[in-house]
Amino acid sequence: MTALRVRVWRGGRDGRFEAFEVPRLPSQTVLDVVTHIQRHLDPTLSYRFACRVGMCGSCAMTVNGTPRWTCRTHVDKVGADGTLEIAPLANLPVVKDLVSDMREFFDKWARARGQFVPTATRADGFAVVKPDSPPRREADAGIECIGCGVCYAACDVVTWNRDYLGPAALNRAWTLVNDVRDGAQAERLAAVAGDAGCHSCHTLMSCTEHCPKALSPTRAISGLKRATARAAFGWQDEAESL
Amino acid sequence: MLWVAQRATAVVLALCVLVHLATIIYAVRGGLSAAEILARTRGSTAWATFYVIFVLAVAVHGAIGLRAVAAEWLGFRGEAAEFAMTLVGLALAIMGLRAVVAVFA
Repeated sequence: MTALRVRVWRGGRDGRFEAFEVPRLPSQTVLDVVTHIQRHLDPTLSYRFACRVGMCGSCAMTVNGTPRWTCRTHVDKVGADGTLEIAPLANLPVVKDLVSDMREFFDKWARARGQFVPTATRADGFAVVKPDSPPRREADAGIECIGCGVCYAACDVVTWNRDYLGPAALNRAWTLVNDVRDGAQAERLAAVAGDAGCHSCHTLMSCTEHCPKALSPTRAISGLKRATARAAFGWQDEAESL
Repeated sequence: MLWVAQRATAVVLALCVLVHLATIIYAVRGGLSAAEILARTRGSTAWATFYVIFVLAVAVHGAIGLRAVAAEWLGFRGEAAEFAMTLVGLALAIMGLRAVVAVFA
């Protein structure tokens, strides 16, 4: 059995990498490696995980310089030469070791008006949304986001502009722009326009490249650019989702 | 609403730059002196109007673009940056309009 040479970030922002040797196992994931270190080598190592199957979005870290969901990232894929460097997600404050402070990430979802605003009451009947209608399809394309923060860590515009809402929050806003039941469309479009919003996107597509769910926040953001432009010029029409 | 102005002026510039370049290439095919150019341009209200629009679009578009570059690459933002970029826009407009007056008036 060979050993993996693993360098793991320890401490806060002013921390450093610490080296560990971890046994190499078949079908081993990066999360398995981190768990091995915490259980067998250093119980003070802090990291986050919950579901281990790619649903919860809590285990994202920087692996060999690239943001990834660690529970679904096999060592075979990223550490073929027997070395791994594991750090907390970029573009976010470090709490300790591999734990990033996700507050600003999720606060920006709220700032992008990522909340559904109902227009009906429980006395009303069910809304009928045809599965093949263009807005429903557009929402479907972005709705599987698990909120892992990989896109946010990969985004250069976030690095350059700390106020930028980021790909995940804008993707969320776009799914709601396409929700025909929602009652806060004008407010949401106002919230995602401007310096912190969709028009600051440089279409670098790092978010789309790195999204573990293979979503395209870039597509969502370009949709928001068109929708906000139509709203600004007063061209509100049925072509909202095209 | 700076992003609206940025996109609107981009549309104007896309047309203006094409017309500007095509005119230059067409006009200087056989060689042209400054005196000959001025003889053609002076008093042309249509071309003067075209270049006034062109210059104003450049001033607005350039200043807003530099504002974004300054913010993202230099970290220069806030009131001082807004003021500096307004000056850049005004300077572009003044220099451009001076040239328009010199060539067309």
